[in-house]
Amino acid sequence: MKKPFRRKSIFSPSPAAMVLSYLVLGIWAFVVLFPLYWYVVTSIKLPIQVIEGPFYIPFVDFQPSLHAWRYIFTDLRNDTLRPYFNTVVISLISSILALLIGMAAAYGLLRFNYRPRLVAILMFIGCIVLVIVAISFGMPWKLALIAGIVLFIILLQTIGRRFKRSLGNNDIAFWMISTRILPPVVIVIPMYILFQRVGLLDTKTALIITYLAVSLPIVVWLMRDYFSSIPIELEESATVDGASRYRIFLSIVLPLSAPGLVATFLLILVFNWNEYLLALFLTSSRAQTLPLTVAAQNATRGPQWWYMSVLILIMIIPVIAMAIVLERYIARGLLVGAIKE
Amino acid sequence: MMKVKRQTQGSAQTGSGLEAIPSLNKRMHSLVMRQDRLAGNVFLLPAVLVILSLAIFPLIISLYLSFSSFRFVKGGFALKFVGLANYKKLLIGSAKTRFLGVLANPSIFGWLVFIIIAALLVISLVLYIRRGQLSAGGLFYRGLAAIVIGLGAWLLVRTLGPDGRPGTLIITLIYVFIGIFFQYLLGLGMAMLTTQALPGRRFFRTVFFLPLMITPVGIAYLFRMLTDTTKGPFAVIWQMVGLSGFSWANNPWGARVAVMLGDIWQWTPFMFIVLLAALESQSIEPFEAAMVDGANKWQIFRYITLPQILPVSATIILIRMIEAFKIVDIPNVLTNGGPGTASESLALQSYMYWRALDLGGSASVSYMLLITVTLAGLCYFNLIHRAVKEKE
Repeated sequence: MKKPFRRKSIFSPSPAAMVLSYLVLGIWAFVVLFPLYWYVVTSIKLPIQVIEGPFYIPFVDFQPSLHAWRYIFTDLRNDTLRPYFNTVVISLISSILALLIGMAAAYGLLRFNYRPRLVAILMFIGCIVLVIVAISFGMPWKLALIAGIVLFIILLQTIGRRFKRSLGNNDIAFWMISTRILPPVVIVIPMYILFQRVGLLDTKTALIITYLAVSLPIVVWLMRDYFSSIPIELEESATVDGASRYRIFLSIVLPLSAPGLVATFLLILVFNWNEYLLALFLTSSRAQTLPLTVAAQNATRGPQWWYMSVLILIMIIPVIAMAIVLERYIARGLLVGAIKE
Repeated sequence: MMKVKRQTQGSAQTGSGLEAIPSLNKRMHSLVMRQDRLAGNVFLLPAVLVILSLAIFPLIISLYLSFSSFRFVKGGFALKFVGLANYKKLLIGSAKTRFLGVLANPSIFGWLVFIIIAALLVISLVLYIRRGQLSAGGLFYRGLAAIVIGLGAWLLVRTLGPDGRPGTLIITLIYVFIGIFFQYLLGLGMAMLTTQALPGRRFFRTVFFLPLMITPVGIAYLFRMLTDTTKGPFAVIWQMVGLSGFSWANNPWGARVAVMLGDIWQWTPFMFIVLLAALESQSIEPFEAAMVDGANKWQIFRYITLPQILPVSATIILIRMIEAFKIVDIPNVLTNGGPGTASESLALQSYMYWRALDLGGSASVSYMLLITVTLAGLCYFNLIHRAVKEKE
């Protein structure tokens, strides 16, 4: 990072190039900022000012009014605050859980040797399939589950012992990360049925569990790469000094990976904060999150742009504040993930 | 758990002090090994359980659902096994126009494009075989890629011709690849510009990062406002070019372009920040050498910068590709998939089926999506990604 002097000598552009660069950057900054400005302007317009055509500058083109803000915060009050509270709780808890479980797995995959036997995995999947088929043919689910477990153990102890072919850490990591490929629509219908059966539909718990599963692969993947950039000698010397694996992880590895942890946490927090599809499937009213509230402003009377803008603004302000503060962390954390494999 | 930890600590300490006694040391070693195995499981098992129960288990149930028909009966629902009927419906049955599109005979131009693509595929395969470094895996993935790309191209020229109409499969592919193309180019361009020593570049960096933080639903509404040709902010411009009566949402390509614009607007920052970090972490020496040798800007980019950022590029494109196939919020809110189903993505189609309580159909569409992503991902990973990484 101590390159500014050298950097300048090579990367400082000629005056003409500088003007051109500013021009292009300015255009893109306009492309990014204008929509945000439009949210702000729309949120202080009266409906009539939106419907009658474009007005651009408050106090010049039109007389701004806080009616939309008042409506969202006083008239709707609980219908705004509850989804807001839900979004905060759900995204925070699921992100924290995903970070905790994911970073432990990432570290384990890097520093321990796992040798799960291929046959055991195949038999496990086979038993699950059998159980599902049995249940769908009308077998009581408790009985089917027990039968499945018994069958699995018997198979494992008999046939399973003959085959020694096993998988390694990289296979496990690849498997975990590749679950990210699953489109949420594939897993959400069974989740819906499952949550309906256990009475968790439209609760925060259901969404927390689902978001945890969706963000876990990202954590495993990014943190594994981040941990691998920590010199192993440090951990070895700690082992010689008699520290346990947990102690090494908690007091050596974690403090050193703070930037990666922050970046990963922010990334999954933003994903969970903005998530729409899963919430659409799994909640209806009580556990509704903000993206759904925003989408719901498209009422029968046509989209209520002014209310929508207010909602979007209160939704993006906290995230943008965090992003501005921690922008550098995010870039660095993501880069480590992308360079290593 | 705390107790166990203390014990290990204590025993390991005595162990390191008594290294002179081999048998004891060995016993300590095996104890440490056993503690290690326990610790290993403690670290990994929670994640394995979560992913098994919340990703793999639903995946299997979903597969089963896609082979069955679902309907509500008194006091619950009934599943009936119908075999491949749901898939048949998508590929040759009543949902074919929605999923695959209207297949017309390709125009002359379409034929030309297809023949060129097919020729390129055959040539690259022949070149690979002639090079003499054959391996079963390499041949398999190249053959697979050739078949997948060939089929895709055939579907493309038949549905995008004058009489054809693209289905959700092709539309999703268009969203993914055109979207990523522009996101990458724009992200790279902006990243290159902001690595220059310009006063105020921190401002641009922070600003360019923002769209990533905004909920896709919000972006969808935003682009609905922006593409409004009579009341939107750009109404003046539309009037000037004589398009004031044009409705983006009612024109199939207008709707698709609007969705793509929203997607590009949101995801360019992702490419931007990663590429920016990659550009900044380049080593400086090759640049100095090139400057001394009098290389021009293009040469520096082509022979120094590009090779250094290629591995990162390959990975972020892979990540974006996997994520981009899931596109659903923007088309759902921006156009509701319309006009008709013209801007519907696969994920959205699956959601629409689910809303119509056709769970089997929904599951089969989402499985088709999964197959598409997996094929695209496999081809990309094994051909491009691996080649780039090997060159490194």
